[in-house]
Amino acid sequence: MSTSSAFNDEKGGSSSVGEPEYGHDPASGGIFSSDYKRHDDLKEMLDSNKDSLKLEAMKRIVAMIARGKNASDLFPAVVKNVACKNIEVKKLVYVYLVRYAEEQQDLALLSISTFQRGLKDPNQLIRASALRVLSSIRVTIIVPIMMLAIKEAASDMSPYVRKTAAHAIPKLYSLDPEQKDQLIEVIEKLLADKTTLVAGSVVMAFEEVCPERIDLIHKNYRKLCNLLIDVEEWGQVVIINMLTRYARTQFLNPNINESLLEEGGGGDKKFYASDEDEDEDEEKDKKAEAVTMAKRKPYVMDPDHRLLLRNTKPLLQSRNAAVVMAVAQLYFHLAPKAEVGVIAKALVRLLRSHSEVQYVVLQNVATMTIKRRGMFEPYLKSFYIRSTDPTQIKILKLEVLTNLANETNISTILREFQTYIKSMDKDFVAATIQAIGRCATNIGEVRDTCLNGLVQLLSNRDELVVAESVVVIKKLLQMQPEKHSDIIKHMAKLTDNIQVPMARASILWLIGEYCEHVPKIAPDVLRKMAKSFTNEEDIVKLQIINLAAKLYLTNSKQTKLLTQYVLNLAKYDQNYDIRDRARFIRQLIVPTEKSGALSKYAKKLFLALKPAPVLESPFKDRDHFQLGSLSHLLNAKAGGYQELPDWPEAAPDPSVRNVEVPEWTKCSSREKRKEKKVEKPFYSDSEGESGATESADSESDSASGSESGSEDSRSGSESDESKEASESEEEEEEDLKTKKNKEKPLKKPVQESESEQSSEEEVRKPERKSKQSKSDSESESESESESESSESESEDSEDSEPELKKKKKGAPSKPAFKATKKDNKKEKKEMSLLDLDDFEPAPSPQVTPVNSFLSNSLVTDLEGLSLSDSALMPATIAPSSALKSYELLHRITGEGLSVEYCFSRQPFITDANMVAVQVHFTNNSTSDTKSLHMEDVKLQSGMRVKEFPEIELLPAGETATAVMGIDFCDSTQTANFQLCTHTRKFFVSIQPPVGELMRPFFMTENEFKKEQGQLMGMNEITEKLILDVKCRNEHAIVQKVTTAANLSRVPCGSDKECRFAGRTVTSSSLVLVTVATKDQGAAQLTVNCEKMVIGTMLVKDILLALTQ
Amino acid sequence: MIDSLFLINHSGDIFLEKHWKSVISRSVCDYFFEAKEKAVDPENVAPVLQTPHHYLISIYRDKIFFLSAIQTEVPPLFVIEFLHRVGDTFLDYFGECSETVIKDNVVIVYELLEEMLDNGFPLATESNVLKEMIKPPNILRSVVNTLTGGSNVGNTLPTGQLSNVPWRRAGVKYTNNEAYFDVIEEIDAILDKSGTTVFAEIQGVIEACVRLTGMPDLTLSFMNPRLLDDVSFHPCVRFKRWESERVLSFIPPDGNFTLMSYQVSSQNLVAIPVYVKQNISFLEAGSCGRLDITIGPKQTMGKTVEGLMVTVHMPKAVLTVNLTATQGTHTYDLATKVLVWDIGKLNPQKLPNLRGSLSMQPGAPKPEENPSLNIDLKIQQLAISGLKVSRLDMYGEKYKPFKGVKYLTKAGKFQVRT
Repeated sequence: MSTSSAFNDEKGGSSSVGEPEYGHDPASGGIFSSDYKRHDDLKEMLDSNKDSLKLEAMKRIVAMIARGKNASDLFPAVVKNVACKNIEVKKLVYVYLVRYAEEQQDLALLSISTFQRGLKDPNQLIRASALRVLSSIRVTIIVPIMMLAIKEAASDMSPYVRKTAAHAIPKLYSLDPEQKDQLIEVIEKLLADKTTLVAGSVVMAFEEVCPERIDLIHKNYRKLCNLLIDVEEWGQVVIINMLTRYARTQFLNPNINESLLEEGGGGDKKFYASDEDEDEDEEKDKKAEAVTMAKRKPYVMDPDHRLLLRNTKPLLQSRNAAVVMAVAQLYFHLAPKAEVGVIAKALVRLLRSHSEVQYVVLQNVATMTIKRRGMFEPYLKSFYIRSTDPTQIKILKLEVLTNLANETNISTILREFQTYIKSMDKDFVAATIQAIGRCATNIGEVRDTCLNGLVQLLSNRDELVVAESVVVIKKLLQMQPEKHSDIIKHMAKLTDNIQVPMARASILWLIGEYCEHVPKIAPDVLRKMAKSFTNEEDIVKLQIINLAAKLYLTNSKQTKLLTQYVLNLAKYDQNYDIRDRARFIRQLIVPTEKSGALSKYAKKLFLALKPAPVLESPFKDRDHFQLGSLSHLLNAKAGGYQELPDWPEAAPDPSVRNVEVPEWTKCSSREKRKEKKVEKPFYSDSEGESGATESADSESDSASGSESGSEDSRSGSESDESKEASESEEEEEEDLKTKKNKEKPLKKPVQESESEQSSEEEVRKPERKSKQSKSDSESESESESESESSESESEDSEDSEPELKKKKKGAPSKPAFKATKKDNKKEKKEMSLLDLDDFEPAPSPQVTPVNSFLSNSLVTDLEGLSLSDSALMPATIAPSSALKSYELLHRITGEGLSVEYCFSRQPFITDANMVAVQVHFTNNSTSDTKSLHMEDVKLQSGMRVKEFPEIELLPAGETATAVMGIDFCDSTQTANFQLCTHTRKFFVSIQPPVGELMRPFFMTENEFKKEQGQLMGMNEITEKLILDVKCRNEHAIVQKVTTAANLSRVPCGSDKECRFAGRTVTSSSLVLVTVATKDQGAAQLTVNCEKMVIGTMLVKDILLALTQ
Repeated sequence: MIDSLFLINHSGDIFLEKHWKSVISRSVCDYFFEAKEKAVDPENVAPVLQTPHHYLISIYRDKIFFLSAIQTEVPPLFVIEFLHRVGDTFLDYFGECSETVIKDNVVIVYELLEEMLDNGFPLATESNVLKEMIKPPNILRSVVNTLTGGSNVGNTLPTGQLSNVPWRRAGVKYTNNEAYFDVIEEIDAILDKSGTTVFAEIQGVIEACVRLTGMPDLTLSFMNPRLLDDVSFHPCVRFKRWESERVLSFIPPDGNFTLMSYQVSSQNLVAIPVYVKQNISFLEAGSCGRLDITIGPKQTMGKTVEGLMVTVHMPKAVLTVNLTATQGTHTYDLATKVLVWDIGKLNPQKLPNLRGSLSMQPGAPKPEENPSLNIDLKIQQLAISGLKVSRLDMYGEKYKPFKGVKYLTKAGKFQVRT
C-alpha cells in the first residue's frame, strides 16, 4: 500500500518528489542517483547535436519510465528525435513513444511519417520494426494508416515482416474493433502462409480476433499439423490449443464405442468413483447409440484426427512446460482412452520444475485423475510430499493422492498420510485429515481403520487437528451411526475442552442427531451448553437450539425446562438468525392451541434420516473447462475464454469437410495434382479474393500449397509436377491447334503419331486410338494420348491411378476395379449422348458438346473463313473440347459419389433466360445411390433455378448426367443448394465464370461496328496485352476467346482483327469483343458491353486466356 | 496476452514496470501484496490470483517477484514459463538475477523486455537472437562506451530470427573448437526413519558447452540409451532420429545450453550413495532436546562422496543448538531456524558425526514432528544410473574439434524423514 500511495504522489509532481527518494536509495546506480533533477537538462540534451548526449538523456528517461515515473512532459523533445540516425537513440525513442503516444495523441502524429517511410525500407528488419512501433501507438486517428500498413506487410516478401503483420492485427483490433472484417481477410491470407515463423503469430491473431471463424482453419488444418513441430514454442502452445477446439467440432468422439463396451462388460465401473460420471457415460452411450443407428459401423478415426495426435505427440518432449501441458490437454480431450496414458509421464516430469509450474500442473493432474485414474497410478510415488514443498503444492499433491487411492494402494497411501499428520504445517495437516475422510468414504474396506485413526487424533494436542478430525468424523459417522456410539460418547466429552466453533457445532449436531444412541449423555451436554450459551459463537448457538429441539422431542421429561431456557436466551440474542430460529422452533415443537398441523410432524421433520454427505473432490467436473487454461485453474470463466465444444453427435456435415478436406493426405501427389488442376481455374475465375492471395504469394508453389497440407520434402516435387501438369494442359491445347491447322490448310507436315504414343494408354482406349490416327501432330509430349478426350475425362483417367494405388494397399480387387473404371468411361460417353438427345429434341444440326474436337474445330475454322451462315446455328458452335468441368462434390467428401458440372452452352429449353448446367454424377462407391435430387436452394435475389429431375437410382460404379437451368441474373453470384441422396445431404454451390453468362449472337461486320459505336465511353474497356507465344495466330485466338466466353465470331475483313459477339443470358445485353493483333505478339483487347461489371470481368478472363 | 510486468522485491517495492499494451496502474499490485501478506512465506503466494479486472500471474525467484497482469484467458503455464525465461535471460546477460543488477542495467533490461514481447506475445526469447540485437554488458565495453559514447545495441541487424536454425547464428568463429558435455544426475529420494527407501528416482540433464566454428552437425550416442525413460530436448535435437536410432542428432546453439533432460526408468533400482543414522528427540519435560546424526557411505561405486551437507529445518520452538561435529562446520540460523552442517568429503574410515543438545523455548509444547534432514552431496566422475556416452561425431565442418564428457552425480531432493 505504502508504495502505491507514494507512487500516486509522485505522479502529480514528478520532479519535486523524485529526488528525496533517490537520496536514500543506496541501490540506485549511476542512472538513478545524482543526475535526476529537472527535466530541463534532459530537454537540452535531447536538443543537442551530439548523439552521446541524446543517448544519455534517453537512457535516463527510459529509466524513469521503468520506475513508473511520469515523463510525459518530455514528449515534444523526445519525438523530435524519432528520425535520429543513431540506432540506439532511435530504439529508446520508440520505447518512449509506445509508452506515451496514447496520452499525447496529437504530438504522436508527428512521428507517423517516419514510420511510413520505414515501411518502405529495403531492409526487412527496418520494415518490421517500423510496423511494430506504428501498430503499437494506440492512437485512433491512424487506424486507416495501420490497416494499410498491415495489409501491405501481410504480402511482404519477408516472412519476418509478415510475422510482424500478424502481431499487429490484434493491436489494431483492440484499438478499433470495427476493423474486424478487414482484419479477418488479412488473417485468412496469413493463415495460408507456409512459413513456420508466421504460423504461430497468425493463429494467435486468429484467436484474439475471430476465434469463432473455425471455417478459416479448414484449408490450413493439415498444414498447421505438419508445420507444428518446427514452429517456435510459444506459437506451438497457441496452435495446439486452437486445434483442440477445432478437432472437437470436426471429428467424432473416439471413445464412443469404448463407452458402449464398458457398459456391456460393466467391468470398468470402479474407474468412476461417483454416480455423476456414470450419468455422463450413459449420455455418451446415448450418443453412441445415435451414431451407431445412423452408421451401423464401428468407429473409424478420421485420418486428420490421427494426424493431429501423431504430430503433437513428439512435443511432449519439449523443454517448455507450456507446450507439454498443451499437448497433454489435447490428448486428454481428443485421444482415444487407450492412448491418453502417454501424457502421464510427461506431466510427472514437469513436477520437477519450478514450484509455480508444479502448482499449475498439479491442478490439471488433479482434474485428470478424477476422470482417468489409471493413467497416473504407476506414478503414485511421484506425488509423495516433501516437508520442503510449499503448502499449496502439498495440498494439491494430497488431492491427487486421494484421487488415486483405491483398494490396492490404500494401505500405502494411508501410511504416507500418517507421516503427514505429524507435519508442522497445520493447514497441511488439516487437509490430510480431510483426505483421510475422503478415502474412508470412497473405499469401504478402510472405513473403520480410518475412523479409528481419526479418533486417536482427537487426543492430539493441537486443537486445529482435533477440530478438523471432529468435523471429518462427524461426516463418517453419519454413514453408519449405530455402530459407533462409543465414539459419540468420546466426542461428547470433548466439548469441555475443544474451542474451535466448527468442531463444537459438529459434536452438538452429532449428539442431537443420535441422541437415542446416547440417551444419558445428551441431556447433560445440553445442560452444559445452556450454561455457556451466551458465550458461544453463532454457529454453535444454532446447534445448541437444534440439540435442544431434538431432545425435547425424544426426551421431553428431562429437557423441557432446559429447552425453554435455551429458547428464551435465543429469543433475545443479538443475531437475528438465532432469534428467527428460536421462534420457528418454538412454534414447531411446543404444542399450543394456535400451532397448526405441522407440530404433529415435528419429530419427523427433525429426526428424519439424513443422507450421508458425499465427500467430493473440489476438482470434480472441472474438466468442462479446457485443461491447462486459466479458466480451469480458477474454476471460473475468464474473459475471452473459448468454450471447448462438445463432440458432434454425428460426423460433421460432409460439405463442410469439403472445404476442410481439399486434399487427401494419403493420396499420392498425382491425385493432388489433379485436384489442383480443378481448383486453380475455379478460384481464379470466380473469387477475386483468393486469386489475389495466390498472386500475392511470391513463392512459386504457394498457390498450390495454400490449399494443400503439403509437407516438407514432397512439396517441392509436387510443385514441379503441377507445373508439368499445366504445361501438358497447354500442350493439349496446342495439339488441338495443330490439328485444326492440319485440317484446314495443312500447313504442317503430317507425322504419324501412334508409334510415339505411349502404348498402355492406347490399349485402354482402343476406339479413340482409331480416331486419333486421323489426327496427327508432332506428338512429342507424352500427354498427347490424352489430349483428344474431353478434359473431364482426362482428369478421370488420372484420377483412377491413385485410386488404384490405394486399392493396392487396401483391397485386393485391383483388376476388377480397373475394369469397372473403364466401363464407366464408356458409359459416361454414351449416357451423355443419350442425355442430350433427351433434352435437345430440336432437330437442328447441333454439334453435341461431347462430340469431340473434330467437328467443332471445323466449325470454328469455317467461321474464321466467313463461310458460316444461318445453316450453322451460331448457338451451336460451343467449343466442346474446351468445356471445362468443375467439381461440385469430391468423391471422398461425397462418400463415393462424385459430381462434376460443366456449362454445356446449349440453350436451356424450358427457360431461355437460364444457363444450362450439365451435371455428371459418378457413383464410385460400392453401394447404390438412390433418389438423387436437390433441395434447399439458396439464391441471391433475382436468381432462379430449374432443378434437374430426380435420378431415382444410380447403381454402384455407374454414371449419370442431368441438366439443370440457372438464371444467374447476369452476375457471378453462387447458387447454393443441397444435393441429396437417400442417406446424405451435401452442401454444394455453383458459381459461373462470367463467360458462361452469355450466349453467342450472330451479326455482320457492319452491324457489329454500328453496335460498337453505340457502346463507347464507360461501356468500352480496352486493354493492351502481349499474346502468349502459343496463341499468336488467329485460330488460337479464336479458340482461346471462345473457350473463355460463350461468344460467336463475327466475320471480319481484316486478318489483324478478331471480333466476337454475344448477348447476356438474362437481360440480352450485347457483348462485343475485339482482339486486334499487332507486331511481336502485341495486341489490344476491346470489350463493349452495356453491363460494365460483366465487361470488366470478361476482360480479365479473356486476358488471362490469351496471355497464358 | 501478457499486458504488463512488474518486478517486486522481497520487501514489496515495485522497482520496475513495463507495459506492452495500455498502461495498467501499479495499484493492481495491491491485490498481490494482500495475498503475499496472508501467505507469510513468499513461496506460498498463489501463482495465479484473480482481481476484479485483471488476473495476476507471478513467479518468485531469486528473491524477486515477477508479476504479470493479464486481462484475458491465456494458459497460465505459458505466462509462468515465459516469466522464468525472462529470469533466465537476465541471468544469462548479467550473471545474476537480482534487484541491484536489474536496477544497474535498467536500460538493457527494458530493451530486452521490449524485444521479448510484442503486444504481450513472445517475439524473441532465444538468447542467441537477443544477444545479437542487444549486446550483454561487460566491463571492457562499458569503459569503452563511456569514453566513446558507444552503445550496447548491435549495429548490425540480427540474422538469427531469419535463418531456419533460429537458435544458432551464422558466421560463428573460434580459434579453439571445443565441445564439452556434462552429464549431471540428481537423486531424488525420500528415506524413512529406518533408512528404507520410500521413493527414489534419478533425473539427469546433459549440459553442453559448444564453441564450434560454422554450422556443425553433431551426433551424440550412448552406450546404454535404454536407460533413458523419459526425455525432453532442446528444440535443436531431431526427435525423429532419437525415436528411430536413439542417438541425439543436432545443430548446437552457440555457447552454453541444456541439451536434454531425462529420467531413468523406474524399473532400475536406484543406488542410494549414503546412509544416515539419526536420532533426534525432544524431551517431554524440560526445555531441551538431543540430536545425533551419523552419515556413512552406502553404494558409492567406489568413488568418494564430496560436498556433503545436511540441512535441517528445526521446529520453531528450538532456540539454540549446542552441537559438536567430528568433521566440518555447522551453523544455526536463529531467524529461520535452519541448521546447516557442512561436512565436505566423506571419509569412510572415520564417519562424520554431529551430536549435542538443542535448547527449547521454555513452556512451549514438545514439537510433534521431528524435522526431516535434507542431504546434499556430489560424486565426481560418476553417473549413478550408469549412463555412458559412447561417442560424439561431427559432420558438416572440416576441422577436428576438442571433445570432452564429464559425469557428475548430485543429490536432488534427497530427504530423510525422522
